[in-house]
Amino acid sequence: MLKSSLALFLKDVYSELRTRYAINALVMFIIVTISVILFSIGNEKISDFLTGGLFWVVIFFSAMSGLSRGFVSEEERGTVMTLQLTAKSSVVFTGKLFFNLILGFSMNILIALLYAVVFDTFRISSLGIFVCIFILGNIGLAVSSTLIAAIISKANSKGTLYPVLSFPILLPLMMILVDLTKSCMGGVILQEVMVEIAILVCYDIIMLAASYLLFEFIWEY
Amino acid sequence: MTNEKAVYSLSIENLTKIFGKRLIFKNLQKEFRTPGIYGISGPNGTGKSTLVKVMAGLISPTKGKVIHKKGESVIPYEEIHNYIGFAAPYLVMYDEFSAIENINYLLKIRGRVPDKEYITSLFKQVNLFERKDDIVGTYSSGMKQRLRLIFALAHDPDVLLFDEPTSNLDEAGKEVCYEIVKNLSKDKMIILASNEQSDLVLCEDITHLETYKK
Amino acid sequence: MYWKIFLFLLMSFVIVAGFCFPIVPVPAHWYQFPLIPGLEEKARIIFFHVPTAWLTVIAFFFSTYFSAKYLRNKDWQDDIKAYASAQIGMVFCILATITGSVWAKFNWGSFWNWDPRETSIFALLLIYGALFALRSALDNEEKRAQLSAVYNLISFITVPFFIFIMPRIMTGLHPGSAGDEGGSGPIVNFKMNGNMRIIFFASLIAFTILYYWIYQISSRTLILIEKNNRKLIEE
Repeated sequence: MLKSSLALFLKDVYSELRTRYAINALVMFIIVTISVILFSIGNEKISDFLTGGLFWVVIFFSAMSGLSRGFVSEEERGTVMTLQLTAKSSVVFTGKLFFNLILGFSMNILIALLYAVVFDTFRISSLGIFVCIFILGNIGLAVSSTLIAAIISKANSKGTLYPVLSFPILLPLMMILVDLTKSCMGGVILQEVMVEIAILVCYDIIMLAASYLLFEFIWEY
Repeated sequence: MTNEKAVYSLSIENLTKIFGKRLIFKNLQKEFRTPGIYGISGPNGTGKSTLVKVMAGLISPTKGKVIHKKGESVIPYEEIHNYIGFAAPYLVMYDEFSAIENINYLLKIRGRVPDKEYITSLFKQVNLFERKDDIVGTYSSGMKQRLRLIFALAHDPDVLLFDEPTSNLDEAGKEVCYEIVKNLSKDKMIILASNEQSDLVLCEDITHLETYKK
Repeated sequence: MYWKIFLFLLMSFVIVAGFCFPIVPVPAHWYQFPLIPGLEEKARIIFFHVPTAWLTVIAFFFSTYFSAKYLRNKDWQDDIKAYASAQIGMVFCILATITGSVWAKFNWGSFWNWDPRETSIFALLLIYGALFALRSALDNEEKRAQLSAVYNLISFITVPFFIFIMPRIMTGLHPGSAGDEGGSGPIVNFKMNGNMRIIFFASLIAFTILYYWIYQISSRTLILIEKNNRKLIEE
């Protein structure tokens, strides 16, 4: 089954490389969002912690911009039926999830780099822990976003609906991530944040399990 | 371990489909077995496409069941797609890839290793071999229909569900299609949903969908 | 029939007791409430604000229950029941937010403070809003029922996270959040005496019966309308 999902993931990658619809737009979106924040702040000094929070805001909106493509493009071209005839629902979800994981990671690493360059207050003291929560946070973000993307791909006004449906589901994740980022910026040892990292791991696992169970109901008719 | 030569049976029990407020068909009862060519006929809009989609597992019925069996064992719903080859005018391939890429990627997604010789022979059979590396976006409607036939056959399924198989095809194309159907009918189950007399003439048994409206 | 009369009597009693029973420093009679320092007269809101929050939660719970049933049985009546319950939940969520906000104003000085419980009720409001936005974006009835059921379940799963992470992360104004030594976790300990407790629980029960009543009317009406719609075409 993993081979099938990998094949689906590769198909999406080749499609992206061939058409390049999304990548350019996404990169520009990230640059624009960070610029908007820069201009809104102007010459004001904002606290370090606020910078940390805004980091995840940029990540959230970039995710909303980019992670729905997997399902929306299939729905819009009419190839959903083709996939239904080719693979079972768990394979489809795994393939799309993997695509969003890679896409999400790439976007977020780009965001992190740009952010660190642009905001000199964005300095992480406990880098190791930050990398850890960055990875866990990305996984949670990708899992939830993929499931909601599957839901909205079948509705009208997909673009506006996507953040509306995703935000409540991602809110617990975002809250923990912002709080942990704050701690990491201030400097912290592993013991202090163990509970919160545990919650992060729980979120990832529970959302992953729920997604697999529920995806069938979204995909099949 | 299922015997490759085992009889494949597709049974429809008390099948009813209602779309919101419209009754499409009611209390359909039929059994299809390999080998054989079956027809589903009826004027436009009578629900031929709907029936074919329900049999392929693409749409779930409002009432009743569709049971796929190979030999004595029932095939679970998630596995049906591996035993069915489906072709219809509303089946869409990926426009940005070439024909051969479409077939290869889709086979890999199916979990199969593409058999180069077999695929080449399929392309040659439908006269698409010269254009196999062309992007599907540049294809005419007739070429797309022939590609769909390849898609349906590429994984060598037991059952072929063809909805309007000769739509968009010229005379030569139709000949090729009938040739393929006759060859396959020796050991496969072929179900044709169509209005065309020339299609239905091939069928041993025809289900008339208008009789299942009440 | 009889339980409706019972509800009427109970609710009247609760309203009268809630507003009129005097609050005195040392309660001497059964109809007197103790004085809670800091709250005084404003304590009365307990009888009305907390039940609305309680109601929105059970409405959400039932909405999720019917959504799960729908996914199992594909029975359109379950979808309507989930929808009816969600409607009630939404209304009471708005009420809880407003009454909570009013209480916040006269008790702590500002209408909104992002303390854990305020944020939780706001999150629930977002969930309800998202659910209705999703329903209105889907024309096909089967898809609408199916997808809103899935979203209902998925949002239900995220709710426990709110309950447990919020108090840890944020210090809050509500009694029972991180900054308050008096209590912890989701259950709040109020310094109510016996009488107040009785009226409080009576209020909870009354509101629950009210929910049940509204839910029954709402779901039965919607089911009848839909049955009527479906009958028309099958003829």
